[in-house]
Amino acid sequence: MSLATPDALTISTKQKLALAIGLIGLLILALALLNINFPNKALFLSLSLGLITLGTVIYSREAYLTKQEGIKNDGVWFKSISSRGVIGWALGVILTTFYIILYFYPQYLGLGKNGTSNTGLIALFDPLSHLLSGRNASQWFVYGTLYTIAIIAFGYKFILKYRHNKYQQLRTISVMFFQLGFAYLIPEFMHVMNNDLPYYDLKSIWPLNYYIFDEWSVKGFLSNGNIGLALILFGIISIFVITPILTYKYGKRWYCSWVCGCGGLAETAGDSFRQLSSKKMSAWKLERWLIHTVLVFSVVMTTAMVYTYLGYDSNDFWLTRGVFITIVIGFLTLVFATVMYFKAQELGKDAKMGAIGYFVVIALLLIMHFTGTTDHIFFIQGSTLRSIYGIYIGSIFSGVIGTGFYPILGSRSWCRFGCPMAAILGFQQRLFSKFRITTNGGQCISCGNCSNSCEMGIDVRAYAQKGENIVRSSCVGCGVCSAVCPRGVLKLENDSMKGRINPTEVLLGNDIDLMDLVNQK
Amino acid sequence: MEHIVIIGNGISGVTVARHIRKLSDKKITIVSSETDYFFSRTALMYIYMGHMKFEHTQPYENWFWKKNRIELLNAYVKNIDIDDKTLILDNDTNLNYDKLIIATGSKPNKFGWPGQDLYGVQGLYSKQDLDTLEQNAPNNKVCNRAVIVGGGLIGIELAEMLNSRSIPVTFLVRESSFWNSVLPEGESAMINRHIKNHHIDLRLGANLKEIKADVNGRVKSIVIAETDEEIECNVVGLTAGVSPNIDFIKNSEIETNRGVLVNRYLETNIKDIYAIGDCAEQRDGGIGQRRPIEAVWYTGRMMGETLAQTICGNKLEYKPGHWFNSAKFLDIEYQTYGWVFSKPRENETHFHWKHKNDTNCITVCYETTTNKFLGINTFGIRMRHDVFDRWLTEERDVDYVINNLQEANFDPEFYKRFEKDILLTYNNNLQTT
Repeated sequence: MSLATPDALTISTKQKLALAIGLIGLLILALALLNINFPNKALFLSLSLGLITLGTVIYSREAYLTKQEGIKNDGVWFKSISSRGVIGWALGVILTTFYIILYFYPQYLGLGKNGTSNTGLIALFDPLSHLLSGRNASQWFVYGTLYTIAIIAFGYKFILKYRHNKYQQLRTISVMFFQLGFAYLIPEFMHVMNNDLPYYDLKSIWPLNYYIFDEWSVKGFLSNGNIGLALILFGIISIFVITPILTYKYGKRWYCSWVCGCGGLAETAGDSFRQLSSKKMSAWKLERWLIHTVLVFSVVMTTAMVYTYLGYDSNDFWLTRGVFITIVIGFLTLVFATVMYFKAQELGKDAKMGAIGYFVVIALLLIMHFTGTTDHIFFIQGSTLRSIYGIYIGSIFSGVIGTGFYPILGSRSWCRFGCPMAAILGFQQRLFSKFRITTNGGQCISCGNCSNSCEMGIDVRAYAQKGENIVRSSCVGCGVCSAVCPRGVLKLENDSMKGRINPTEVLLGNDIDLMDLVNQK
Repeated sequence: MEHIVIIGNGISGVTVARHIRKLSDKKITIVSSETDYFFSRTALMYIYMGHMKFEHTQPYENWFWKKNRIELLNAYVKNIDIDDKTLILDNDTNLNYDKLIIATGSKPNKFGWPGQDLYGVQGLYSKQDLDTLEQNAPNNKVCNRAVIVGGGLIGIELAEMLNSRSIPVTFLVRESSFWNSVLPEGESAMINRHIKNHHIDLRLGANLKEIKADVNGRVKSIVIAETDEEIECNVVGLTAGVSPNIDFIKNSEIETNRGVLVNRYLETNIKDIYAIGDCAEQRDGGIGQRRPIEAVWYTGRMMGETLAQTICGNKLEYKPGHWFNSAKFLDIEYQTYGWVFSKPRENETHFHWKHKNDTNCITVCYETTTNKFLGINTFGIRMRHDVFDRWLTEERDVDYVINNLQEANFDPEFYKRFEKDILLTYNNNLQTT
């Protein structure tokens, strides 16, 4: 192979200028981080965020609007940043470091402790925080602002990249809307209206939102009258009513690639890294173990936590520990029985694993109930279980690894290997949903563009070349496999459950007798 | 245990191997000198364009072959000893077989142009061709201009590839319009305009006269026959079709014409030797309206699926169903179902619709007297294979097809739909004729 650089990698003067504009914006943030005290913070913050956005916009327009509409993946595997090259690794290290500081050492970002005022980077964001909610910024406000800017600026880039594809545009506008409105602005305004309410991003659903049933959170809601009660009821309805209905009709994509913030970042800022996810069978095996383990952990942790604080004042409320544990076990049993009744054959070997998983959870809960005291569950303090989950899953897995490793593991490693919400949605998508990716008869040429661009690491081609529909728990329905297919083989569809999974050995186009002979048995 | 040896690890050879394994415990060996593992030939262009790396074009992980007990041998077959049922390999070892399947694919056509073997002149078919292109045309500093000779599917792919690295391309097409031996006029004309929109220097009605060399024996320029115009270039891509890659058996007793001659059971004239895919030629002419040699991914796969049955004791004729194919011309996807020829043949009528955006169009072919639907070409609109396959089997008429196009649509959700516009045009045409 020649070592010369393909010309497609060079960027135009205008793009270099755009990069410079964006970098100046980032430089202001970096200077603030180094404790440079800007005189007019509102001005410099606006300048910084404005320049970052402007740079991204100009760069994207030059990249895509100067060319014909179509698939724009030229050079993806040549560019250092998107092919685990030096720049990719460097970016990974920077992002990872940022997340470690954000989660564990916010004082380095300038967070004022014990009522002292903010300094550094966080102080730079004070004016904006005051404008929105009248309080000082926190590290989470800084993070939320940058997160939202990233989704909006790179969302714009993504919309231009797929300007021939309405599906891609609409779902990108959707994630931009939900991030800006639901995750960013509404919680700030809610604080203005009632500053006792806990932070609540309405679209963030348990178990992804693992702190909604924390004691402080529930108490916070319940001490705020009807509004608080309505909000916590909405949290419960979200997972137990809204989610199953929408997932049945549209698959998990309604959440993962149209609403969710983690998905939103992955689809916009993370788009350049989608091809880095591993498509190996071994990665799929790891995925199934890991994500379901996290789900079990989150269910047991949440139950244990609620169970613990229900113990304090069991006399003045109908929901006692006994009632609660009965409801939980009853619900899990109902889910388990339904799956076994309708789908045991379809699942094959997985059914056994599911059964083992189910009994493990039930056993854990029962042991907890009969050995538990107010403070200890399985001899571990309830709050300890919660903080272990918070640190290892909530912070390290979803943040540090999930986003910090974008340039190494691809953009959706959290969604794929860790997210308990994705596990629940995926479980339903695989078993009780109308959604599938339809394969178009015998048209597949096994080129691999679909598998390559799958951020969830699904080997889409393995199904398409068998003429088989893709019905996989992990599919977030981003639709990029369908977009990049050069032969029009893949289509995301909500259709009837019958014939949704259709393995074939001999594909459409061959002798009808042969197809009957081989495919029927 | 019976030993099945397959020469060639392309889609035909690999499909027959996989299906024999599903049906039996026979010993299977695939011999290839191109690559160690099966890859998708149609995806080679995406490696050069940086969409994928070579390993991404391999549909099966490397452990797949051992797990399924399919032995892979990287070697070139020099000769076949038919009496001893033995292959003579380039490393001077021999390989015995009980049954032999020839699936050696194609090689690029060369028509005796002066200079066609110069350094810098190449086709685009094999992995080696791709490696050569990477050497010859890594960027537009090394390759200031490339000339492509031959306006077919590979030619336009090569143009797209070079374009992705900003290498200026002159595209010589012998015909008066791109691929108009296959595409009806309206479609072919639309693709001409699409090619030019990508800043590719398309020369219609232009034949290659000769390729000139510099002092080092490298390509320096080409001359166009019609105008004697000389165009300086560093790379010449020869993409004027392919022909069966069967030189190594030309002197054997296996009967050949352009390809290895086979009957409907894909058997050659020699017992226990079969041929499938691009290199096979149907002895009695093409099946139905098909050509005797079909160099198409899908037919290679279908022959593999069929022959596996025969090899495993269920003797089966190769009976392909309704014709279908697909391609992508730069940014425009193309699909075809049934038969649409470039010009309506006797008792055939074409209905052509094109959107004003100049990237979407369809052509429907039907029998003039009976209105029976015969086939459709679609550009920029995805259609369902199973629906058209069914309509062809049910012998629907053209009215039914145009009125029910919605059922066949396979475009992604929220895409602009054209059925109403197509129907309106169709009804207007009926009134004026």
